[in-house]
Amino acid sequence: MPNYAVWDDKAASSLIDEHRAKPGALLPILHALQERFGYVDGGIVPTLAKALNLSRAEVHGVISFYHDFRDSPPGRHVVRLCRAEACQSMGNEQLITHAKQRLGVDFHETTHDGRFTLEAVYCLGNCACAPALTIDDKVYGRVDAARLDQLLDQAGKRP
Amino acid sequence: MSVRVFVPGDSAALSVGADEVAERLAAEARARKLDLTIVRNGSRGLYWLEPLIEVQVDGARIAYGPVAVEDVASLFDANFVAGGAHKLRQGPTDEIPYLKKQQRLTFARCGITDPLSLDDYRAHGGYRGLTRALELAPDAIVKEVIDSGLRGRGGAGFPTGIKWRTVLATPADRKYIVCNADEGDSGTFSDRMIMEGDPFVLIEGMTIAGLAVGATEGYIYIRSEYPHAFRQMNRAIELAHRAGLLGSNLMGSGKAFELHTRLGAGAYICGEETSLLESLEGKRGQVRFKPPLPAIEGLFGKPTVINNVISLASVPIILDRGAEHYRDFGMGRSRGTLPIQLAGNIKQGGLVELAFGITLRQLIDEFGGGTASGRPFRAVQVGGPLGAYFPEKLLDTPLDYEAFAALKGMLGHGGVVVFDDSVDLALQARFAMEFCAIESCGKCTPCRIGSTRGVEVIDRIVAGTEIGKNLTVLDDLCETMIDGSLCALGGLTPFPVLSAVKHFPEDFDRSSPRAGRRSAA
Ligand SMILES: Cc1cc2nc3c(=O)[nH]c(=O)nc-3n(C[C@H](O)[C@H](O)[C@H](O)COP(=O)(O)O)c2cc1C
Ligand code: SF4
Ligand code: FES
Repeated sequence: MPNYAVWDDKAASSLIDEHRAKPGALLPILHALQERFGYVDGGIVPTLAKALNLSRAEVHGVISFYHDFRDSPPGRHVVRLCRAEACQSMGNEQLITHAKQRLGVDFHETTHDGRFTLEAVYCLGNCACAPALTIDDKVYGRVDAARLDQLLDQAGKRP
Repeated sequence: MSVRVFVPGDSAALSVGADEVAERLAAEARARKLDLTIVRNGSRGLYWLEPLIEVQVDGARIAYGPVAVEDVASLFDANFVAGGAHKLRQGPTDEIPYLKKQQRLTFARCGITDPLSLDDYRAHGGYRGLTRALELAPDAIVKEVIDSGLRGRGGAGFPTGIKWRTVLATPADRKYIVCNADEGDSGTFSDRMIMEGDPFVLIEGMTIAGLAVGATEGYIYIRSEYPHAFRQMNRAIELAHRAGLLGSNLMGSGKAFELHTRLGAGAYICGEETSLLESLEGKRGQVRFKPPLPAIEGLFGKPTVINNVISLASVPIILDRGAEHYRDFGMGRSRGTLPIQLAGNIKQGGLVELAFGITLRQLIDEFGGGTASGRPFRAVQVGGPLGAYFPEKLLDTPLDYEAFAALKGMLGHGGVVVFDDSVDLALQARFAMEFCAIESCGKCTPCRIGSTRGVEVIDRIVAGTEIGKNLTVLDDLCETMIDGSLCALGGLTPFPVLSAVKHFPEDFDRSSPRAGRRSAA
C-alpha cells in the first residue's frame, strides 16, 4: 500500500455509479476516487456534476474546499507530519526540518524520484505519543530523526 | 488451557509497534509450543506504557510495558504467561495507580474487552441501557438524560437532554441522530479510543438517542485522519446488525434504527455542527447561520440531534444505572465524569476519566508525573487550538466548565497539552492565528482575513518591530474577530492569543532573551 492505479475514466465512472445513490454521495465518491488513484482528476468534474445533478462549479467548489483531495498524483508514498500543538510541545519542528532536508522537498511537494510526497496534518489523535506522523496508512508515534530515517528507508525499499 | 494475552489494537498502540509485538508473541509461542490466544483489545489509556500487554492469570490481569519486539523472547524466558517477574512488569493492571485513581464510567470497558465481541460487551454491562430504554416512553428517556446533568462533551457544554427534548418536540416525517466524531482538537483522542476500543457503546448510545427523539436513522461523521476507527466502527455496525441490535427490529421490539458512517476530508471546521451537516450532505463545509437550530432543521432539513462521541457513549450507563448515579459525580453545574486527555510534553500521557473538579496541578503532577523532557513546566493549553494557555500560577483551577470560562479559557473536549520551558508563547500565538487562517471556512471577513493579519502582526512583534504599537494592533484585531465572527473558530482563536500575551508577556518583549526559550525559526 498504496501504489495507486493510473487514472482511468471508465474505472472512475464505475466508482461513481457504485456510490451515487447514497445520500450526500459526493464526499464518499471523492474518497473512493482518491483511494484508488491517489488524487481526483479535474477531468472527471463534468461526469460527477451530471451524475449528482450539480453544477460543475459546485463540484469543483467541494473538491477545493477539503484539504484531503489532491488534484495531481502523489508520489508512491505519502508522508504526513503532524504540525499541531501536542506534537509541537515535543519538538516536531526539528523533525519537520529534518524531513524536509532529507527528502529535499517542502510540504505539498514530491521528491524528484517520485518516491515521497510530504504533507502536513493537524493532529492524528496520537498526542500522548508525540511527535506523530503517518506513512501511507500507518501511524507512527514517538518519532525522532533517527526513527524517521529508518522508516523512510524501509518505505523507500517497498515498491 | 490456552493463555489469554491482550495486545491493544488501538492506533496509538499500533503507532509504537503493537502489531509487531503481537506477531512476535505468536511466533515465539509457536516455537515454544505454548497455546496462546491473543486478544486485540482497546487501549487502557496508559499511553506511556504502550505497547502494554496483559496476561490473564487466575482471573487477574498482569501488565507488562512498554514492550518492544526485542523484549518478547525475554518475557517468555521470565514466564510472563504465568505473571513472572520481568523488568517491564507493572503488576496487576487494575492496581496501577494511574488507573486505580480514576472513575471510569464512559470508559468502563475500554481496554478490558475485545472491542468486537458482543458477548464480551454484554458480559460487561453492555446493552442494559438499551434494554431499559426500550421499556420507557421517549419523554422518560429524555428526562433521564436531562436529570443526569450530562452536558455536551464536544466543546460547547450544552445540556444534552435539553437538545433531545427540542428534537422530540419537533414533529417531522424523519429525524436524524448525528454523531460528531470529527475530533479535530490537538491533544484529544478520547473519541478515537472509544470507536476503536468500545465501538458498541457508541452504537448503543445512538440507538437510545433514536428511541428518545423518534429518529430511525443515524450517521457517524468520522474524521479522515482516523481510518482505523472508521474501519472498526463499520465492523461493529455490521456485527450489531447481524445480532438484531440495529435494523428494523431492535432486540425484537419492533422498533427500528439504522446507522451509517461517513468520512470527513481534512477540514477542522467540519467539527462545527452546522458545517458538519453541510459536509454530510456532500457540500462545502461552510457554517450555517443559526437559527434555525439543527434540532429544528438539521440534516437534510430535518430535526437532528447532533452530539459528540463521548456525550453519546455516556448515555448507556446513564440509562443503565440511572440519572442519579451519574449526577452524583462532579461539581457545580459540571456533572458526571470527564474523560481528560493528558498529552504533549508529559511523562505519563494518557486518558484520565475523573469526576469534574480535579485541578490542573493534580492532573499534571499526580497523573502526568511532570514533563517528558524533565525540564521545568511552563504552560498548558486546555481545550484544543481554541483554548487558552495557562501559566503555573493558574494550575489550581479545577476542571469545571464555569471555572475555565471565568478565566477566559475553556475545557472544550478535555484535551490538556503540556509544554516545558523551551516553548515560545509568541510562536504559539502565531500558530493559533495561522491555524485559523488555514481552517477558516471563509464565510466571515474577521476570521478569514483577520487571522492572516494576525500572523503578520505577530511576525512583526517577534522581529522586534514597534512592539508596543503592534501589540495594540493585535488586541484590536482580536476584538474584531471575537465580535465579528459567525462561529467559534474565528470567535475563539483570540483566546489562545490573548492568554499568551497576558500570561507570558516576556515572550512578546523580544528585546530581552529569556532562559530556555527556543530561538525564533
Ligand atoms: C471550529 C469548531 C470545531 C468543533 N469541532 C468539534 C469536534 O471536532 N467534535 C465535536 O464533538 N464538537 C466540535 N465542535 C462543537 C460542535 O459545534 C457542537 O457543539 C457539538 O458537536 C455538539 O455536541 P455535544 O453537545 O455533544 O458536545 C466544534 C465547534 C467549532 C466551532
Ligand atoms: S468564524 Fe470563520 S470558520 Fe466560523 S463561520 Fe466565520 S469564516 Fe467560517
Ligand atoms: S497533535 Fe500531533 S497527534 Fe495530536
